[in-house]
Amino acid sequence: MFRGFRAIIYKEFIHMRRDPITIFVALVIPLIQLIIFGYAVDMDVKNIPTVICDQDRTAESRALPSSFENTGYFHVLYEVENPDDVYSRLRSGEAKIGIIIPPGFGDDRFASTPTQAQVLIDGSDITVANQALNIANAIGLRVSLTERARQIGVENPDEQMPLEILPRLLFNPTMKSANFMVPGLIGVLLWIVTVFLTAVAIVREREKGTIEQLFVTPLAKLAFIVGKLMPFAILGMIESAVVLLASRYFFGIPINGSVILLAFLIVPYLLTGLMVGLVISTIATNQAQALQFSAMTMLPSVILSGFMFPRASMPFIIYVLSFFVPLTHFLEIVRGIILRGAMWADLWDETLILVGFFSFFLTVAVKRFKKQLG
Amino acid sequence: MHEEPAIVVDHITRKFGTFTAVNDVSFNVKRGEIFGFLGPNGSGKSTLIRVLCGLLAPTSGAGKLNGLNVVDDIETIRQTIGYMAQGFTLYDDLTAKENITFYGMVYGLFRNRLKDRTDAVVDLVGIEDYMDRQAGALSGGWKRRLALACALLHEPTIIFLDEPTAGIDPVARRELWDLLFELADQDVTLFVTTHYMDEAERCTRVGYIYMSNLIALGTPSELKQIPEVRPPGTRRFEVDAQDITRVHGIFKRWEPVRDSTIFGATVHALVEETLDAEGIRKQLRTNGIEARLVREIEPTLEDVFVTLTRYHEARDEERMVS
Ligand SMILES: Nc1ncnc2c1ncn2[C@@H]1O[C@H](COP(=O)(O)OP(=O)(O)OP(=O)(O)O)[C@@H](O)[C@H]1O
Ligand SMILES: [Mg+2]
Repeated sequence: MFRGFRAIIYKEFIHMRRDPITIFVALVIPLIQLIIFGYAVDMDVKNIPTVICDQDRTAESRALPSSFENTGYFHVLYEVENPDDVYSRLRSGEAKIGIIIPPGFGDDRFASTPTQAQVLIDGSDITVANQALNIANAIGLRVSLTERARQIGVENPDEQMPLEILPRLLFNPTMKSANFMVPGLIGVLLWIVTVFLTAVAIVREREKGTIEQLFVTPLAKLAFIVGKLMPFAILGMIESAVVLLASRYFFGIPINGSVILLAFLIVPYLLTGLMVGLVISTIATNQAQALQFSAMTMLPSVILSGFMFPRASMPFIIYVLSFFVPLTHFLEIVRGIILRGAMWADLWDETLILVGFFSFFLTVAVKRFKKQLG
Repeated sequence: MHEEPAIVVDHITRKFGTFTAVNDVSFNVKRGEIFGFLGPNGSGKSTLIRVLCGLLAPTSGAGKLNGLNVVDDIETIRQTIGYMAQGFTLYDDLTAKENITFYGMVYGLFRNRLKDRTDAVVDLVGIEDYMDRQAGALSGGWKRRLALACALLHEPTIIFLDEPTAGIDPVARRELWDLLFELADQDVTLFVTTHYMDEAERCTRVGYIYMSNLIALGTPSELKQIPEVRPPGTRRFEVDAQDITRVHGIFKRWEPVRDSTIFGATVHALVEETLDAEGIRKQLRTNGIEARLVREIEPTLEDVFVTLTRYHEARDEERMVS
């Protein structure tokens, strides 16, 4: 059954040594991606550039921007005279938030008559807009409440709110999006190594004709497949380890669960990717096609799996579709273990689904893969 | 059992979609024969070899190697056949030695046995000096020799060689053929495709495939006797002159010449029996050409194939018209 397996391993090993590009692709590109996703795609909204137009110029009017800045989410970059200038700063993108304080603001506050300040929000960036809206509302509410409390004679109203909600974020206490993105990245990168490299490596042999010579020999089909896939399986594991180490020591993302469990649960996902690559290699006739087909599997993985967009907010039909993306289930596993410290009891169902995917693609691959040309 | 042919091709047809690459081809090759398989580009030579090697399934018909069916018993067959593909199918980034080691391992040779066989084939094809060079960096002739070495490692009893001498120099070509004869002497059966007529002449038997159909089969001397090549009442002349192309042109327009073909520096003409060498010289002289040589010849294998090809082309055209 495994006739010629040693020969394939011998040859693949030489290929790897002579063609370091594969290793480069498998190890360096992930690190680049890691940096892009970990740093550049920082979805945390902090220091939103803010423009102020204070038409009142009283102690009260100056206190308002400070309470915005004190939250840490706003950073006043510009102060302008004219409300029109607020618009132009927003339009040019220099600022995302504009605060306009009308004349008489201070007098009204002093007299405790209801008054207004306008907050303009650039809605083109939804994440920023949402956050700014919430915080602006919260500030308004808090200032009003303290004011009312003081009127009815409460001392130190700030410390005597009737109800204080004490939110505590579990599992991602600092609310860093890197914590969310980086573990997921392991899944995406593993998909790349397994699907792309496998498909291309086998199609290359087909394209160059080397497979023709190989297939007239008594080499066992299984020996060829396993021998060909093994190096990529190993590369995949090494790559996962690299990303994991980088996320732990570079981004300071603690691994709350068991690394050993993670290492085991990577296997069914890795095998699924290898099988998908193998299936693609039986369909594609040249390397360009193999790349195209592989890329086609990439898109649903990134978009539907919940890697970038939470599944919970997907339309129903898309949500259902996302179930059929292997990465969806692997993300549950990898985020579960790293961020939530999930254990086998929490993850066996997702693991089983991945084993199901693997079995399915294995069947298809074995059916389609023949020791023949065309 | 000993009388059983090494290769049996039994009504093999292979289609690619609606296109038929090999059409109902049948023949046998005896043990120890060198069978030459000839035909124009795209006539289906490589396709038939691939069917016989189990690389392509026949659409219909059956092939047998050493009495075993090429579809059902292919895994058993594989240990006993060698295959040298038309293109270079070894690994460019592996050295010659590594390629040989790799194929040795694939064929289940290890340690001493691998070393012995490696030494034997390396000695046979004379590739010692190039063993540590990457295969991709070898010249065409050495690549072919390396491929042959790999195909011989496991001592196959039947070897398929698809254009083994394409693009290699005359000396290397001769050496390769000497090697083939040596193998045939050891009762190895060789199935060789080629476009070279001198190589075809050296084969035990020859098959000629044209547009997917086998249209001639026999020993080279048998083929030269077939009626299409020697129509009754004709003779064949070889003519050498300064301006061969003009001679050819004159022959084309001259009634008693049935057929004219340029062969390198001479023209071969199939003419009416009544015409003799002097008649040809005279005709050329009236056109201002002094022939250096006019002599009657036996048809060469090339004459055979050219005539057969023309004959079938004409028949196909007729069929198209009607
Ligand atoms: N896998 C394939 N799919 C479709 N058509 C094919 C395939 N392989 C070969 N053919 C076609 O079958 C015909 C015969 O091809 P084949 O390679 O057998 O010719 P050949 O006699 O070996 O020619 P050459 O002397 O050029 O090597 C050609 O027209 C070729 O285009
Ligand atoms: Mg060919």
